[in-house]
Amino acid sequence: MSDDLRIKEIGMERSRVEGALKVTGRAPYAMEHGAGHGVQEPLHAFLVGSTVSRGRVLAVHADEVRGSEDVVAVLDHTNAPRLADTDDEEYAVLQDDEVHFRGQVVALVLATTSEAAREGARRVRVEYAAEPGEHVFDEDSEGDEPEKLNAGLPPSGSTGEPDLALASATHVLDETYRTPYMHNNPMEPHATTALWDLGPDGAELRCFDSTQAAHSVRSTLARLFGIEAGRVHVEASHVGGGFGSKGLPHAHNVVAVLAARSQPGRWVRLAVTRQQMFALTGYRTATISRFRLGAGPDGVLGVISHDVVEQTSRCKEFAEQTVAPTRHVYAAPNRRTSTRLVRLDVAVPSWMRAPGEMPGSFAQEAAMDELADLVGLDPIELRRRNEPEADPETGKSFGDRRLLECFDRGAERFGWSERGPARSRLEGDWYVGLGTAASVYPAYTQPGNQARVLAEPGGYRVEIGAVDIGTGARTVLRQIAADALDVDLDAIDLRLGSSDLPIASVAGGSSGTSSWGWAIVAASRTFRAQHGTSPEPGDESVAGPPKKPVDEDYALHSFGAQFVEARVNRFTGEVRVPRMLGVFSVGRVVNPKLARSQLVGGMTMGLSTALFEESWRDPRFGHVVTDDLATYHVATHADVRDIEAAWLDESDHRANPMGLRGIGEIGITGAGAAVASAVTNATGVRQRSIPVTPDKALGWE
Amino acid sequence: MRRFEYARPRTPQEAVDLVAGSDDAAFLAGGSNLVDHLKVGIASPGVLVDVGGLGLDRVEETDGGLRIGAGVRNSDLAAHPVVRSRYAVLARSLLAGASAQIRHQATTAGNLLQRTRCVYFYDATTPCNKREPGTGCSAVDGYQRYNAILGASAACVTVHPSDLAVGLAVLDATVEVLGPDGARTLPLADLHRLPGDSPEQDTTLAHGELITAVTVPRLPEGAVSTYYKARDRASYAFALVSVAAVVAGDEVRVAWGGVAHRPWRATVLEEALRGGPLDEETVRAACLEELAPATTGPGTAFKLEMVTGATAMVLTDLAGRAR
Repeated sequence: MSDDLRIKEIGMERSRVEGALKVTGRAPYAMEHGAGHGVQEPLHAFLVGSTVSRGRVLAVHADEVRGSEDVVAVLDHTNAPRLADTDDEEYAVLQDDEVHFRGQVVALVLATTSEAAREGARRVRVEYAAEPGEHVFDEDSEGDEPEKLNAGLPPSGSTGEPDLALASATHVLDETYRTPYMHNNPMEPHATTALWDLGPDGAELRCFDSTQAAHSVRSTLARLFGIEAGRVHVEASHVGGGFGSKGLPHAHNVVAVLAARSQPGRWVRLAVTRQQMFALTGYRTATISRFRLGAGPDGVLGVISHDVVEQTSRCKEFAEQTVAPTRHVYAAPNRRTSTRLVRLDVAVPSWMRAPGEMPGSFAQEAAMDELADLVGLDPIELRRRNEPEADPETGKSFGDRRLLECFDRGAERFGWSERGPARSRLEGDWYVGLGTAASVYPAYTQPGNQARVLAEPGGYRVEIGAVDIGTGARTVLRQIAADALDVDLDAIDLRLGSSDLPIASVAGGSSGTSSWGWAIVAASRTFRAQHGTSPEPGDESVAGPPKKPVDEDYALHSFGAQFVEARVNRFTGEVRVPRMLGVFSVGRVVNPKLARSQLVGGMTMGLSTALFEESWRDPRFGHVVTDDLATYHVATHADVRDIEAAWLDESDHRANPMGLRGIGEIGITGAGAAVASAVTNATGVRQRSIPVTPDKALGWE
Repeated sequence: MRRFEYARPRTPQEAVDLVAGSDDAAFLAGGSNLVDHLKVGIASPGVLVDVGGLGLDRVEETDGGLRIGAGVRNSDLAAHPVVRSRYAVLARSLLAGASAQIRHQATTAGNLLQRTRCVYFYDATTPCNKREPGTGCSAVDGYQRYNAILGASAACVTVHPSDLAVGLAVLDATVEVLGPDGARTLPLADLHRLPGDSPEQDTTLAHGELITAVTVPRLPEGAVSTYYKARDRASYAFALVSVAAVVAGDEVRVAWGGVAHRPWRATVLEEALRGGPLDEETVRAACLEELAPATTGPGTAFKLEMVTGATAMVLTDLAGRAR
């Protein structure tokens, strides 16, 4: 496929197109659109969250607030505009009196200043008929099997005779691995500026939104508010990170538009606070993984069994695909996966960077590390002996699978041969250990993308309704467009970040560059076919890839190997990671500078989850109490030392015309297990859960 | 919106009179703590009296040691040449706190008077006796990781968050206070209190009393000191436990942070170690004595090991340097 695509700009190191705008504060984010963007004298909305986790709202007492200075309106379920579609309980905000989780939006104050809105929200008094809620689960919780997991995957599967194989294995590992609740915490919390405009031809809805998917915000709002999608306009020119939490619209999108709908012709600004994010904009469920591995005397696996218990909200199902990586990484004739989903009276979980693959790969890689110990093999050698020839569950070819090459290159570069037995290296006050783990992420391409190519004097405008959430999409798509049209980079004016541009899929699933880039290549080819190489200004073509873009004969995945040096203070248990290396096989790299940022960023987030991140849900109240950046710890600069990302020089022609497989998420997969492996090697205390906090590192807990 | 008055007096007495004259008034120094409280709605003073213009921002060398103005910024104090050369424990406790940006803003007295970071204190939707007396303590059976293990009460199990306070406690610092009834001094050890039945009171200061300076006596010749803060991440985190220590000849001084509602001067341990060897085993045994009255829950049991380990690390290191 890549044969006829010019490769000249693709592969070049280019700085972000919008870099200067961002570092000089001139790139407008969702809350920063003012008169220059047509946003005149906006109203400010502030949300009131439920203080019970289950029950009914009996009354919202707000008369005093309504009468106070600068307050324009108070909305609750009795007076908010009605939605056309209330099937989705997450989106059916202020439509009835039911409370599904603590922190759910039960009212909203609109005022002419943000201070007045916030103070008004503080003074609104809500009366509830509370019922006892269920907020916790464990490995014994009942739950049920969901119909499908996220990404449409089956919740369970079985091949061969796993139980018989376990009974006859020489080495049997049967352990439980845990990951905690986590929240995405992008730098820019979620925000929407919205206008319900009553024009002569009917209503038009305009939003500046902090989203990863302008088009899906548009289609969702159109459905909920019962207006044509063409009358909804969503702009997201700059977005301060999302990590999945902005991949789907959440309650705040709906409530901002409800507020705007109630005040036609007035712009409304709604900023979700950091604390409110913990209830309203998604999170990763905690996971409990029981792993059973049965191996022969040589460490060759006869069976892999992975049983997951996790939770979702009773009001909306989101089933993390934690078992997903177990199906694709190691060979074994007998296999089983299962998922049990516990429904609780809690906030709605959603996508968080590498949903499924991140917690699932932690469990699987930590189990493999432990099995290596049990068998008495080097962890890399164990993986070598269990390398599959084809995708273990489907039998499909992986195409290029170069996992072992990643391990071998990484091992040499990192000095893996210096790794000693557990607790054998004490330097000053610090135990030192090395660890490793595999990374894996599927190569997704989303269907249905379109791009427009328009000839202009001296160049081309290339448009697609995608969003650059800080990854550098604007920059790499420009590079792809230059090669697709066989022109200089300077000749390309790349436009994105609006639902008024041709339809584009979410900036998620590591599928953006693949899906959007392919649409741009397709549109460029159509353009050349229709208008030749000397078009007139105004000539344009709109096109996208074939309906089923991906070759379904292959199980395309990216792979990687991560290496970690961990130091554990023998007096305090404090864990520090001075060195981390990832070697990845991700197909062709479009822009080494931005790719490095993505991979190092993923590894950094992996390090952060391995050592620090935990949303502590209070079992009595049902909400997360570590709900700000002082108490929900993410890695600081001082924690991130020498992190290096490297990649194999390759191109995967099976994936798409550009030969790339996506890089946004693979860096976080395997990172946690590599850290746990290194800490275990340092201290001799086996780490089966993250975060690896000081009390766990030395086995004090 | 909630309105408040803002006053910017020119003398300490004027500031004291303004606050003492109104139950609803509060001093505002660097604002790095109080402004957060205003935002999240857990404090709502009607009058803010800014003490930034009172000229309390000087560090003076005195015959006895050092006199630190209440308004001296944390970053300025940490960088002061005398602090750096003679009071390692002070510089290190300052630099262990917060972030560079916050240290530029925060002041000496403001740091000492900052309030707990207990997650329930900050979450106005949950009971908290410190925020709303009589509502109950959510932390005792809740999120425990930053709870006290010494000196807690049924009413409150939180810890004092300041690093500087722990560093000053081990230096036997004194606090100069101006109040409606005139000036007084009190040992820093008597500034913070244990929660008892009234956790809403962090300190022994009366309403309207203003800290004007902190004085630190000279350390004995040959003394060595340091501060160690054990925490989950390497920066910008409150202490799980911390240790401030001075070794001077036969004398050993230790204060702990992250374990109690106030800096915890480990007097039992000090007595046990006086004049003796400072090897790991001896120090650990002395910690055991100091920790005899400790109470822990599932979320805090590790602090016994951690504070013992950190103290052993710090004292064996100081003993090696004192020789």
